[in-house]
Amino acid sequence: MVDGKNQSLFKEKPIKILLAKPGIDGHDRGVFVLAKAFRDAGMEVLYAGLLPTPEEVVDTAVNEDVDVVALSLLNGAHMTVFKKVADLMRERNIDDIALVGGGTIPDEDKPALESMGITGNYGPGTPLAVIIDHVTSRATESRLRKLR
Amino acid sequence: MAEEQNYYHTKLEEIKGRFNEREDKSLKRWRDTTLEQWEKISNPVYGDYENSSGIKIKDLYTENDLPSDIQEISGFPGEYPFTRGVYPNMYRGKLWTMRMFSGFGSPEDTNERLKYLISHGETGLSIAFDMPTLYAYDCDNKKAVGEIGKCGVNVTTLKDMEVIFDGIDLSKVTTSMTINAPAHVLTAMYFAIAQKQGLDLNSVGGTVQADILKEYIAQKEWIYPPEAHLRIIRDMMTFCTDHARKWNYISISGYHIREAGASAVQELAFTLADGFYYVEMGKKAGLDVDKFAPRLSFFFNSSINFFEEIAKMRAARRIWATVLKEKFGAKNPRTMMLRFHTQTSGYSLTWQQPLNNIIRTTVEAMAAILGGTQSLHTNSYDEAMALPTEDAVKIALRTQQILAEETGIADTVDPLGGSYYMEWLTNKMEEEAMKYFDKIESMGGILEAVKSGYIQREIAATSYRRQKRLEDGKEVMVGVNRHVEDNEKPLNILRIGKEAEERQINRLKAVKSGRDEDSVRKALNDLRNAFLDENKNIMPYVIEAVKSYATIEEISNVGREIYGGWKEPVIV
Repeated sequence: MVDGKNQSLFKEKPIKILLAKPGIDGHDRGVFVLAKAFRDAGMEVLYAGLLPTPEEVVDTAVNEDVDVVALSLLNGAHMTVFKKVADLMRERNIDDIALVGGGTIPDEDKPALESMGITGNYGPGTPLAVIIDHVTSRATESRLRKLR
Repeated sequence: MAEEQNYYHTKLEEIKGRFNEREDKSLKRWRDTTLEQWEKISNPVYGDYENSSGIKIKDLYTENDLPSDIQEISGFPGEYPFTRGVYPNMYRGKLWTMRMFSGFGSPEDTNERLKYLISHGETGLSIAFDMPTLYAYDCDNKKAVGEIGKCGVNVTTLKDMEVIFDGIDLSKVTTSMTINAPAHVLTAMYFAIAQKQGLDLNSVGGTVQADILKEYIAQKEWIYPPEAHLRIIRDMMTFCTDHARKWNYISISGYHIREAGASAVQELAFTLADGFYYVEMGKKAGLDVDKFAPRLSFFFNSSINFFEEIAKMRAARRIWATVLKEKFGAKNPRTMMLRFHTQTSGYSLTWQQPLNNIIRTTVEAMAAILGGTQSLHTNSYDEAMALPTEDAVKIALRTQQILAEETGIADTVDPLGGSYYMEWLTNKMEEEAMKYFDKIESMGGILEAVKSGYIQREIAATSYRRQKRLEDGKEVMVGVNRHVEDNEKPLNILRIGKEAEERQINRLKAVKSGRDEDSVRKALNDLRNAFLDENKNIMPYVIEAVKSYATIEEISNVGREIYGGWKEPVIV
């Protein structure tokens, strides 16, 4: 799935992504579809399980040295909970792990999330290819930082 | 020694045997002449004509597709096996209940909404809770930050329930509470209020969802390992059978299983398999099946594939009646009746071109009515994004009223009964569900199949397959992968503020400083001892605990300390 000049970047070690639903939310249909799609696209996929705290998500991301953390929430609490994850990453000076988001996120919340470094923020009906492309480009940034 | 074949396996063979494989000469003639000639000039576009369950749909159904024992397995409405409906005159006798699910913000907000509904003649209340309540966390738990009142009302102590039902006479209403893992705590609170109003619990009517098996399968709201929750359900079952005869202590739900990605057949099979488990459990607890099983009711999804949904509901009634009678020895026809609530599908709604969702919901509501539902919730067109706004809810309710009062849809019982296609499809759904029962039985039962993650993996596989079919254009969602519009206009959506959170935390502080800590400690300790003795029923102790104003989390922590939590098996 990764093409062109980035191919060598992921040759030894494919993109490693952590899927997480921090906060109190059991809507996991989307996250499971994405897990399968990312795996089919050649990525190494981890899932943080149900109801992890933002701290647990960041700890797992660091311990597993992932390239991307993909956050999913469909309970309306993204502005509080996604922000907590982003704040923790910043407090710990982690700049080689990208944050992407998705779920039921109204358009008007997206600029604020982007300013926290959480990109994508895709809603229902987004083609998998669009999400995979976005994750790949964010993973490329992370991997280049890791190699620096 | 030959192993005894399980009931479902034998039944499966019987269902397969309903079709006589005789050749239909007149159909063959039609295919070879009229159809073939027409296809030569009409350039047909061949799709794969598959429903959500992967069942291939033929181009034409004829008398030959009717099961050979159609009279017997279809029967009359109000009679075994209830394929055509549970009541003899269906909607002529009683229209389905238009039960719109709501609940938001603080207990004060919900109390105001309930009183408004009651003043408009509504007697069937339905309450949604927020995520912290559903997972039994107090409003001041740090996990609850940002979630109070978001998806429903918050309840931390009995005080909150007293506010919700302030000024409402519980002998005059029935209340449906959509709650599962801590359903026993909310039931206890409701009972405590009823007792404070001087009512006999046997006169109190209502429903809690409390279907924990589908939580492990789909909605993922649990506190303890499955066995602990099942013991609590057993206690609710025996307590209510003896002391609260009008309380529906469980609503066996396929809705969430479907929303999590299951096909219609999977929804049908896994939901009924859960139901069979609860029946077995009641029997094991020494209850008479004809005494407790009539209180079991169901909750199904109605999604967008019109005929498939109707067939699913017809098949559900037939399977339940047959299995209750043949396998579980029910004698009372009421025990064999599958009564159900339906909600239209949330997943079928699109974020894109949201007004189209009104049409989708209408079609799904029609399927539910033609499928013979007892009550119906129609989704609002803005629900793909957030909780609905009041205007959107009103259209959803009007949709039901138009169907009920203008269209004539409810004029005759089971209008599709006898249709070649409908009867064939009903039978096919029954057969496919029976294959799952057979398989689940061979795995050691539904509990094992859930604990091993088998059921969850089946659902995840179906939803991924569906997503790929959408991406390949094999399935269509208008506005998503066909007839797409750029420049979508943003929609006004409902936002929940922070007031509920502050109000709840302040109230909890006041409750804690005003309660008698000794009686809280004693109640929790008595509850602990009841939990530790398998032969005791915990319900009276839960009622004492809520009356002492112990919080939902404190009460649940008693079980957490004994049983621990639950880690889900690997699904993907």
